Amino acid sequence: MSTTATAIGVSSKRGIWGGGNEPLNASYGKLMMWFFLLSDIFTFAAFLITYAAIRVSYPEYAGSMDTFEGSNEYWPVPELVFDAFPFAHGMHLPLVFVGLMTFILILSSVTMVLAVEAGHRNDRKDVVKWMLWTLLGGICFLSCQAWEWSHFIHGSDGGSVLTYVNSMNEVVKETVFGANLIVNEYGPASFAQLFFFITGFHGFHVTIGVVLLFLAFYQAAVGVYERRGHYEMIEKIGLYWHFVDLVWVFVFTFFYLI
Amino acid sequence: MAAHNNKSALEVIPRDNEKIKKIWKTALILLAITAVEFLMAFTMERGLLLYFLFIALTIWKAKYIMMDFMHLGEEAKPLFYSIIVPLIFLVWLVIALVKEGTDIFMYRW
Repeated sequence: MSTTATAIGVSSKRGIWGGGNEPLNASYGKLMMWFFLLSDIFTFAAFLITYAAIRVSYPEYAGSMDTFEGSNEYWPVPELVFDAFPFAHGMHLPLVFVGLMTFILILSSVTMVLAVEAGHRNDRKDVVKWMLWTLLGGICFLSCQAWEWSHFIHGSDGGSVLTYVNSMNEVVKETVFGANLIVNEYGPASFAQLFFFITGFHGFHVTIGVVLLFLAFYQAAVGVYERRGHYEMIEKIGLYWHFVDLVWVFVFTFFYLI
Repeated sequence: MAAHNNKSALEVIPRDNEKIKKIWKTALILLAITAVEFLMAFTMERGLLLYFLFIALTIWKAKYIMMDFMHLGEEAKPLFYSIIVPLIFLVWLVIALVKEGTDIFMYRW
């Protein structure tokens, strides 16, 4: 029987793409997840390349690092903007908090691979354990991002004196605290706009990821996948979760380091 | 698969410690590269060289995530290339938009 089954697909005229077999050797769900991720790569790449394009259209901050002050005349230095840490008010801790967020996300990606690996072995107990750790990592990351956003919006103690066009179309000169879509104390308006859109879009992906992780955790725990006979859903959600980590690696470099 | 005898548990394959060790090793590499990037941000002078190094290290990290965590390398070759090859378009987007940004800079300042 099996010999005739393979013989149907590979026609001498049309080769392996003629139908009846699986040239890509992956299930429909996994294949579609990969192509969805490819399209998402383009979306995020467009965001980050836009950041680069807008950034090079502004002068860089040229003064001394110790006397940095936010202005909409030049692009800010990220390590001087993102230097706050929870419960360490007023201290200058450049990039420490985003570094912590990166570590959390990479570790949650590791626990996700371990869950996928356990799924290959049909080991329900291990899958549930590692899914729970991954879920925890995802929630930790989202909480960190909520704090980061809140701090970015409320701003520093001193603020910056800026001249800008306000929402009533008037040119005003005043001390600006924090950030919104019209003006921010750190740099040009597009700096905060890009921050909100890029990290916001990534955070939105993480939120969806956490929901999916919870569903997979729940279904694994009650034995849905065991009855189904395979743990492929863990693998597909794993692909999505690693992608979220992959994007963060790029956001970290382009937004916080460069 | 015999779908009707849903009470019978799947056979659990014992852990392969080699495989699990390899996963943790990749994790360690990723964390180490991030730590190096962190260090470079504070010790090196800001400039094109530093940016180039950051981007190179980031792509290196991306390679580890895609190959070791997402197992793209173990997929069939046509699938592998259908994910990797379209990314070539991004090279053009980078060139086009950075050029555009530089021109706006020249015009504006």
